[in-house]
Amino acid sequence: MDHLLALAIAAPLLVAAAIAALNPLFRGERRRRTLDAVAILTAAVVAAMLAAIMVRTAHGDTVYWFAGFRPSHGIAIGIDFAVGQLNAGLACLAAVLVVAAMVFSWRYFEQVGSYYHALMLTFLAGMVGFCLTGDIFDLFVWFELMGVSAYALTAYRPEERGPIQGALNFAITNSVGAYLWLSGIGLIYGRTGALNMAQIGRAVARHGPDRLVVVAFVLIITGLLIKGAIVPFHFWLADAHAVAPTPVCVLFSGVMVELGLYGIARVYWSMFGQSLGHQATVTRTFLTLALLTAVVGALFCFRERHLKRLLAFSTVSHAGLFLTGIALLTPLGLAGAAVYVAGHGLIKAALFLCVGIVLHRLGSVNETWLHGRGRLLRVTGAVFTLAALGLADMPPFATFRGKGWIEASAAAHGMPWITAVFVICSVLVGGAVLRVAGGVFYGLGDPPSEETQMAAEASEETGETDHARQRTPATMIVPAAVLAVAGIAIGSLPHIGAAVQAAAVRFQDQPAYNATVLSGAHVAHPTALFAPEPTGITAADLASGLGAVAGALILAFLALYWRRLPLLRRGFEPGAGLERPIRRFQSGVVNDYVTWIVIGAACLGGTLAFAIR
Amino acid sequence: MGVFPFVVVTWILAVGLYGIVTSRHLVHQIVCLIVVQSSTYVLLLGVGYRRGAAAPYFSDVSVHTPAVDPVVQALALTDVVVEAAVTALLLAFAVQAHKRFGTLDPQELVQFKG
Repeated sequence: MDHLLALAIAAPLLVAAAIAALNPLFRGERRRRTLDAVAILTAAVVAAMLAAIMVRTAHGDTVYWFAGFRPSHGIAIGIDFAVGQLNAGLACLAAVLVVAAMVFSWRYFEQVGSYYHALMLTFLAGMVGFCLTGDIFDLFVWFELMGVSAYALTAYRPEERGPIQGALNFAITNSVGAYLWLSGIGLIYGRTGALNMAQIGRAVARHGPDRLVVVAFVLIITGLLIKGAIVPFHFWLADAHAVAPTPVCVLFSGVMVELGLYGIARVYWSMFGQSLGHQATVTRTFLTLALLTAVVGALFCFRERHLKRLLAFSTVSHAGLFLTGIALLTPLGLAGAAVYVAGHGLIKAALFLCVGIVLHRLGSVNETWLHGRGRLLRVTGAVFTLAALGLADMPPFATFRGKGWIEASAAAHGMPWITAVFVICSVLVGGAVLRVAGGVFYGLGDPPSEETQMAAEASEETGETDHARQRTPATMIVPAAVLAVAGIAIGSLPHIGAAVQAAAVRFQDQPAYNATVLSGAHVAHPTALFAPEPTGITAADLASGLGAVAGALILAFLALYWRRLPLLRRGFEPGAGLERPIRRFQSGVVNDYVTWIVIGAACLGGTLAFAIR
Repeated sequence: MGVFPFVVVTWILAVGLYGIVTSRHLVHQIVCLIVVQSSTYVLLLGVGYRRGAAAPYFSDVSVHTPAVDPVVQALALTDVVVEAAVTALLLAFAVQAHKRFGTLDPQELVQFKG
């Protein structure tokens, strides 16, 4: 059992190294199929191992010490993997999405070098290690491993302009974040003399918070907020997602961004939660960032015409919604965020794969040009529409359940207005995606007006795949359909509410985590005493969920048919005056992005240092 | 150990960030990123420093000799490796950017906006 944890990262790393080393041997079509099969098999085995770990951690965390260096007298000498159900589940989601992405790329790329497989497997190992590790410096190293393979995958087609810009912006902003984070690690090590998160947590709780701890917290969190694409640290995301090959976008949007947010939760609940105190302030600060992110992302999403960028901005919006669940600091909120992440990951992956099929068959991701041209892709259209409804949080998708729990938790803590923000974001994001579904796949309404800048951007997106295929290969449509259906299946699991809440309670119980890691003690978890909040679906939940979907549908129809309204025939364009400020905001220049990072970090640090003294 | 190393760290970090924000040349910008990272080396080594202590090798001295913290040195070494990988990749991107855009000014390397 324990060795499964080590194997889950060793297997992809070793296979990746073998593929890279044997690179000269792999040429030609048949050899490429071998590589594809090996990579898919490896990722599938990792997914199975993580699923087994997830099942076995249902009643408590498990800790694995590399090379058997166990802690003595509360001092960790070695490096550990500390795994509960939530982090095992997130790692499993990453592995499942890698499988889907690799199956999709079976027929997708015209030509693919063997480095693609090696990079994908390294990326997988980075994500899994990031989820499982219990050591703060190790967390940084996995973050960088994941980052470097992600930068290289973004620029997988370096002969084009977009990927280079996207990869540069991605790499520079994320590296700045990583170095700020490393500074935080240095400071916290100076204070506590420890790198193990449980040991740091115990030491910091003993000393109480001082300025140094707050500064370290802010530096570490800033690095993770950049990865998690929270406003104002989110700018790199759209640039990188729009240009990465579609199977890679699946991983970026489906799980990599969410890993940044997982990191925040892990760092908070294993190191700082107990000592920082001031939970109301922490909640308020992070809620502000989260809700700002949700709304900004949704607005940018709705106005976008480039399909991949549209989905990327919807990821920004959802990152805000996930952070809301985490920031509430309640078990139900965290459980909601976890289920929301799982459902969103599967559904967003399905949407990206459908866009990949559109690009494969029709050679464009420009919504205006594609209008009505997707009618011949009937199955793809059906899957896209199904997934779009899931993105609008329709019952019984997992997104609906997760969102409902976060709203319930917020309402129980005197913030019922958060529901309104969630509904607005669902309507905007769902409306945008349903507009694409109706316009592209069913030819409803009028095409959106041609806009030169966006048209130029979208037509750049060509060289990824060979054109004008007459049929959609099964290896492309089946993963998309399976993922979309899995999004429904997770939401319909019986007893999921109680199980995920129990996992969330364990995740948030810092003393129990410390004891499990440092003493190897199997602490009687408080879940026996904990009465999970009811998570059944009430009529009111259903009404609000269906209401949001109806709102999204209405908005989509308005967006498709608004040109036929008499008022708008006179040349009135809604939001026309906003184009220039928006372009100045999302300028595509990395200097501006780093400026925002510095400003954001300073504001975050100032707020927290002022409140926590 | 005093506050001086931390002043230096903050200064290097600020200079590096200023460089990234104002840079008009990609290679210069990448070097500024290295400067930012250099601040972490100083920080890590500063954290582990003990006045009058020896390097942490005990082959020819008693194991009770005071020594500086070897853990931060290991961290700094890992950090150097990470930096090498990231810098190499970024410089490769810069070469490609120059080929595709014909310039290395970040303000002009813009395919996507808004």
